[in-house]
Amino acid sequence: MKEKIRVASGQGFWGDLQSIPLEQVSKGEIDYLMMDFLAEVTMSIMQKQKKRDPNAGYAKDLIQILSDIFPYAVEKNIKIITNGGGVNPKACVDDIIKCAHKHGIRGVKIGVVTGDDILDSIEELQKEGARFDNMETGQSIESIKSKLLSANVYFGAVPIVEALKKGAQIIITGRTTDTSLTYAPMIYEFDWKWNDWDKLAAGVVAGHILECGGQASGGNFLGNWKSIPDLAHIGFPIAEAYPNGEFIITKHDGTGGLVSIETVSEQLLYEIGDPTNYITPECISDFTSIKLENAGKDKVRVFGIKGSPATDFYKVSMAYSDGYSAAGTLTYSWPDALEKAKKADEIIRTRLSDLKLNFDEIRTEFLGVNSCHGPLAPIQNEINEVVLRIAVRGHSYNDIEAFGKELAPLILTGPPSVTGFAGGRPKPAEVVAYWPALIPKKLVEPKVKILET
Amino acid sequence: MKIKLIDIAHGRSGDKGDAANIGIIAYDDKGYEIIKKYLTAERVKRHFEGICFGKVERYELPNLRALNFILHNTLGGGGTVSLKHDAQGKTLAAALLRMELDF
Repeated sequence: MKEKIRVASGQGFWGDLQSIPLEQVSKGEIDYLMMDFLAEVTMSIMQKQKKRDPNAGYAKDLIQILSDIFPYAVEKNIKIITNGGGVNPKACVDDIIKCAHKHGIRGVKIGVVTGDDILDSIEELQKEGARFDNMETGQSIESIKSKLLSANVYFGAVPIVEALKKGAQIIITGRTTDTSLTYAPMIYEFDWKWNDWDKLAAGVVAGHILECGGQASGGNFLGNWKSIPDLAHIGFPIAEAYPNGEFIITKHDGTGGLVSIETVSEQLLYEIGDPTNYITPECISDFTSIKLENAGKDKVRVFGIKGSPATDFYKVSMAYSDGYSAAGTLTYSWPDALEKAKKADEIIRTRLSDLKLNFDEIRTEFLGVNSCHGPLAPIQNEINEVVLRIAVRGHSYNDIEAFGKELAPLILTGPPSVTGFAGGRPKPAEVVAYWPALIPKKLVEPKVKILET
Repeated sequence: MKIKLIDIAHGRSGDKGDAANIGIIAYDDKGYEIIKKYLTAERVKRHFEGICFGKVERYELPNLRALNFILHNTLGGGGTVSLKHDAQGKTLAAALLRMELDF
């Protein structure tokens, strides 16, 4: 058994810094590179892409990234684990194999995890006992069933560990949890048992710290943000894990950013609910048990973590089509900037009402004044400029489109000293709403297949 | 005695459906004692009047000297449906740090 392993974060979302994976594999020693590409609505975007092109529906960025890092990863035997397979892991792997061949790389095993996509078997699963009620509102799925765009089960570390045991060096999954990409290697390398709750929970906590990339190493840091060095060359976090469940969060020497108790603490609190009840497929983690200790420059020791048995359910992430929206902006300058923007808002609302357009919501915000903090933001008397932002949402495409035609004319027909309409008319975009649900674990099973380059 | 929250704590916020989560972390033990005692769910709910239209839940994480708040019905329908410029509540931790605690 290895004494320790180093798992590095390579991507925090689909669209993150493309240079990071290469830096993680080349600027220091690591054993695993994990890359998270999937957010709640990403799957529905990928389903749409797949509908248009049967070879699309995964994170295409991944191919360029792998092309960059293949030589290092193969030479240093670094294993790569990512959920960038999206809704089409098979097409993703086909493209990876082509990319590997371009680099003359043959004989590398790739594990593919599928079985999470249940969009075409909802009815069948309902007959077998799944309810798919909305976890947050308790509503029945029947009202939105015909409008579903995607439905994916969040698998955990089980299929990833299986692929590692079968010798995979690259593992491509669909909708596995972000955290599992980090703790699956720990389970595999340290031979943790599936009832080692405290150790599994520690792995989950490491995963939570790594899954948002630079957010743990000085990015989006609300403490003394000015003190964070060299964000232009930010180093992404690395978890140096030990068999007993303790780990150290660090980053490569010579990179920018900062790993401190404060930067790690902020990430630990990011998007959590009840901290004693952080649910993942393999265990429940108690975030109140986490202890942090300074372990040197850019090193934070994380220990003391407690876990408990998992639930009998997987979470299911569903997305459905829920109408259209559009948003547009106009910029007004001094004098009377805010007054002008408010008058323009009044004019456009009158016109929308005259046209008898139907919207579920019209929202006006004044960027530079109160769009972030609403009534908490004190209003200054003399502001230099303000961006008026008007957004509408509704179920009639035509009405949303008609709104888009009302904004630009204000430049010639409304209050003066107005600019900032270079982008053209706001176009209706489909609103994709999120439907979180549960499914009994016994009804679905992940599938693992091993291919070779 | 008046203390500006921004002088004793930092934090991070994000979305959980139509709810926002705001984690507030005290810089030291003394700061944690203050926020633990005075930064109540009711105080936070009052602070976010006109922004948070649901209940506020509060959780304590003493090891991290932190409190986690869940503000329900706050993001205009949630991340993808919301028409808000800050649809994911990313700036709400800073909004909470505007608070002045009076005790």
